[in-house]
Amino acid sequence: MTKELLKGNVAIAEAALRAGLEAYFGYPITPQTELLEHLSKRMVELGRVFLQAESEVAAINMVYGAACSGVRTMTSSSSPGFSLMQEGLSYIAGSDLPCVVVDVMRGGPGLGNIMPSQGDYFQVTRSAGHGDFRPIVLAPASVQEAIDFTVLAFDLADKYRHLVVIAADGLIGQMMEPAELPEMRPSSRSAPDYALTGAKGRPPRAITSLHMAAEEEEAFNIKIQQRLGVIRSLEQRWFEYKVDDALLLVIGYGTAGRIAYTAVESARSKGLKVGLLRPQTLYPFPEDRISELADQIEGVLVVEMNAGQMVEDVRLAVGGQAPISFYGRMGGVVPMPDEVLSNIEAAYERISARYLVE
Amino acid sequence: MFAGQTLAYAAMGAGLEVTWIPSYGPEMRGGTANCTVAISSRPIGSPVVRLPRVGVVFNTPSYEKYEPIIEMFGILARNASLVKLHSERKDITELAIPAQEIAEAVGDAKLANVVMLGAVLSARPVIPLEAVRQALQDHIPVHRRSMLDMNYEALNRGTMFQPTEVGR
Repeated sequence: MTKELLKGNVAIAEAALRAGLEAYFGYPITPQTELLEHLSKRMVELGRVFLQAESEVAAINMVYGAACSGVRTMTSSSSPGFSLMQEGLSYIAGSDLPCVVVDVMRGGPGLGNIMPSQGDYFQVTRSAGHGDFRPIVLAPASVQEAIDFTVLAFDLADKYRHLVVIAADGLIGQMMEPAELPEMRPSSRSAPDYALTGAKGRPPRAITSLHMAAEEEEAFNIKIQQRLGVIRSLEQRWFEYKVDDALLLVIGYGTAGRIAYTAVESARSKGLKVGLLRPQTLYPFPEDRISELADQIEGVLVVEMNAGQMVEDVRLAVGGQAPISFYGRMGGVVPMPDEVLSNIEAAYERISARYLVE
Repeated sequence: MFAGQTLAYAAMGAGLEVTWIPSYGPEMRGGTANCTVAISSRPIGSPVVRLPRVGVVFNTPSYEKYEPIIEMFGILARNASLVKLHSERKDITELAIPAQEIAEAVGDAKLANVVMLGAVLSARPVIPLEAVRQALQDHIPVHRRSMLDMNYEALNRGTMFQPTEVGR
């Protein structure tokens, strides 16, 4: 395969159908609409299901239904639309069903604006709906990662029978970059053993998120938590750059992580011992690696396109072993590399000052 | 937007790393619609830039917005058919290109963007023109295929044009 110049939204859509997406339901919203637009054409060409629902609430419930029938299913939206899906997401989690949901995040709260943001970090990593569960959350920082993580999302969803969210900011959705798409997977997948396919010739099955007896609900919750434990131990993913001798560790994901990469490069060219860790999974958070690095480093700078949400996970992982500072822009403002660089320099100076005192 | 995409396709064709970001907000409904293209021989971190090295502006509102932020020693190319302002800055090179008139002489005023692309690549030859011609051939929409030769001609006239340099 050769590289093509692809827009993030289109790349996710094409990667999804090549990964075996059989039924898509969605509702347009900027900055995600090209994803739905691309699927409206391609899914029909391939004789698969594409349906523009009357709302995001309807779309996620259609995904719920499709997931019950055992097909690979997906929806996509942007922040306000993702909020509307919360009830459905919780029901999907409460029914142990796999599906993929893409949130191309924009400025908020409220209707906000259509500019790139990471303001949904809490929402996607903490629950994405009521009750005790957490989705697997993937955060691409390039069009290539958007493609790779889309394929991965379907595989993880199937592997764990779990909800997987792709949390991309608006810039990843809108940007064009050279990237390589995967081959089309053969569509020979048989229905999984829980699927509701009509009970002809076999005992009927049932899928529900209702467990009336508290003990029964608790047993179900324990099962979810055990699965999340396995996910936490096996699925932490991250990218790192020049961390080996770093005194300051910069942590950022998605577009913010990419901008931080440029700032770290500049800091290195000035002789500062700075490294970058860019989480690729927001849940499970790459806490093991950060905790390991916390032994070696003298300070951490977290960069996000929000008021400081991931910084809480960083704090838990660092566990008081190094001081943590934060730089963020809100409301759809994308930070510039020079802003991140001056924050790196300030954090680095504090480290140097501490050395002098010692 | 099309000129920026053509540049991005050409950069990819020339084996370079590239990112293209469009404006997709209210400016797309009129005003300072723009795109940012980053080209590098190394992997691109930040796709956003505070001070662009090269600015290509087609209308007066965009000129007012981008003229102050061109990087020192950078190039600002303006469509002089529409933009009558000129820069007081001594630290940038300004190219005044009557892109619309040139495009009309080629046969269609809509080719002004390709004229500008040619002029800019002549001043800052970061990509071989052959890669741009290939990008045009590969990415002009099917219903505009008949305009391919005119696009080549517009690109060519852009590269040939000796712009009035202001500043520096």
